[in-house]
Amino acid sequence: MTAVEIAAAVRSGQRSARSVVDEHLDVIAGGDADIHAFNLVAAAQARARADEIDGAVASGRDPGPLAGVPVALKDNLCTRGLATTCSSRILEGWAPPYDATVVEQLHNAGAVVVGKTNMDEFAMGSSTENSGFGPTCNPCDTSRVPGGSSGGSAAAVAAGFAPVALGSDTGGSIRQPAALCGVVGVKPTYGLVSRYGLVAFASSLDQIGPFTTTVADAAAVLDVISGPDARDSTSISEPQPPVSHTLADGVDGLRVGVLAELSGNGIAPDVAAQLQAAVRALESAGASVAEASAPAAVYGLSAYYLIAPAEASSNLARYDGVRYGLRVDGPSTPDMNTATRSAGFGDEVKRRIMIGTYALSAGYYDAYYGKAQKVRTLIINDFASVWEQFDLLVSPTSPTTAFPLGERTADPMAMYMSDVCTVPVNLTGQAAMSVPYGVGDDGLPVGVQIMAPALGEPVMFRAAAVLEASL
Amino acid sequence: MGQQRITRAECAHVAALARLELTEEELDRFTGQLDELLDHVAEVEALDLEALPPTMHALPIANLLRPDTPGEVLDRDEVLAQAPFAEDGQFRVPPVLGEAP
Repeated sequence: MTAVEIAAAVRSGQRSARSVVDEHLDVIAGGDADIHAFNLVAAAQARARADEIDGAVASGRDPGPLAGVPVALKDNLCTRGLATTCSSRILEGWAPPYDATVVEQLHNAGAVVVGKTNMDEFAMGSSTENSGFGPTCNPCDTSRVPGGSSGGSAAAVAAGFAPVALGSDTGGSIRQPAALCGVVGVKPTYGLVSRYGLVAFASSLDQIGPFTTTVADAAAVLDVISGPDARDSTSISEPQPPVSHTLADGVDGLRVGVLAELSGNGIAPDVAAQLQAAVRALESAGASVAEASAPAAVYGLSAYYLIAPAEASSNLARYDGVRYGLRVDGPSTPDMNTATRSAGFGDEVKRRIMIGTYALSAGYYDAYYGKAQKVRTLIINDFASVWEQFDLLVSPTSPTTAFPLGERTADPMAMYMSDVCTVPVNLTGQAAMSVPYGVGDDGLPVGVQIMAPALGEPVMFRAAAVLEASL
Repeated sequence: MGQQRITRAECAHVAALARLELTEEELDRFTGQLDELLDHVAEVEALDLEALPPTMHALPIANLLRPDTPGEVLDRDEVLAQAPFAEDGQFRVPPVLGEAP
């Protein structure tokens, strides 16, 4: 059952939230040993919450638009009293004293949190192999990666453990795993969803969004979690219209661009073929399609791998063994800080902290960080020109289908290239989503990325609904 | 790959700045990996960026302020309960300057 179907059945009393939650907990118990989507399954808490929702329905109260819908949360979203680790040894055992805004919003909409999902440590990675607690496997083929960094959330939805999961997307960490696992994944416009309670990686790029099996479910979840929040000074202060109401409006008359810089060089032929099929479907539905070009987009990866580590090196300075998580003692506080960080962080986190520290250090700031910020401006300007001619852009979400576990772990540059199609939109702050569109030569899912201008979610979802219906 | 962009000694200096202690093996490996990344990002050196302003943030908002009124705060005991060491309502740490307490 989809999230929309579950909520309708629970609100009308046709089905109990408890039976829905029990059913999903059974699927998790039977299947997660092979997938490792979850760091923690909150079975008792989920059952108690389901009973509350059933109580509300019985007494004539409406529990909300996601009544009884099981939701899995990426383990970098703070949950009060429930361990939140970011898949890092440095936060092992930490139970936040507050809920993230999105967690409160889901709760108030009647959703039921079933667990916390595995991820690349502090969201740094593209395969979920950088987890301090072991990798997640792709439910479509357990010898393959699920993508990352929100690989546990994507896998949880693909495996049927939950119809909805939340992830975070700093350089593609929702869209790329969604593509590799064959589910829908949305990176909303920067500022549309509050980041309060999302453990910060790169604050100017991070955004929370949903994973679902259908476009309508993604719209329903986005409508619940978007909106202004006084606790996030970067949240957009005006409420936006819901996306659920325009899903059936089609794409007739829309101008769609195939973004050349993300759709040619380095894209596997079987992935390119699925993009072409998607383009034909949009044309059949009445959209006009032409090639689009944002030349600076090819520099996205270079700008991203300086800006994101620079922000991360600052954000991760707080893990010093003083206020939460791991402490490895030493004779002085600086010694204790160093011992704690050296023991608690994994290799990829250490690499990114070092890249960022270097890019921000005296003598290198202008050459690296300063330059990357100007490249960011260049990319924003190029996209601004493109939006004068197009309503939407499309490209592949990932250059390849899911790659084998272990293939890229020894070669960070090869892993970073997995993000080439997704990072430009984080730099510009625009909306983007991945929609599953058929399979590659290996039988594994291919995702098509739809990009829209800032706050272009309603139009973006219309195109996503057309693609979904054309399959 | 062109000239070496970061040396082993610079890498060790950066690790110290970031409060990370690396093994000899890690230092060798990270130096090579950081050098490879810096070599890749050097592609932006070809761009003429002089006239462009830097972008810190994709949204055109700055200095958003809220009314200066007290709001909800976290419970001190609940916060301190998550600390590795706490005493008398405070976080406890080893001597900051190295001398005995």
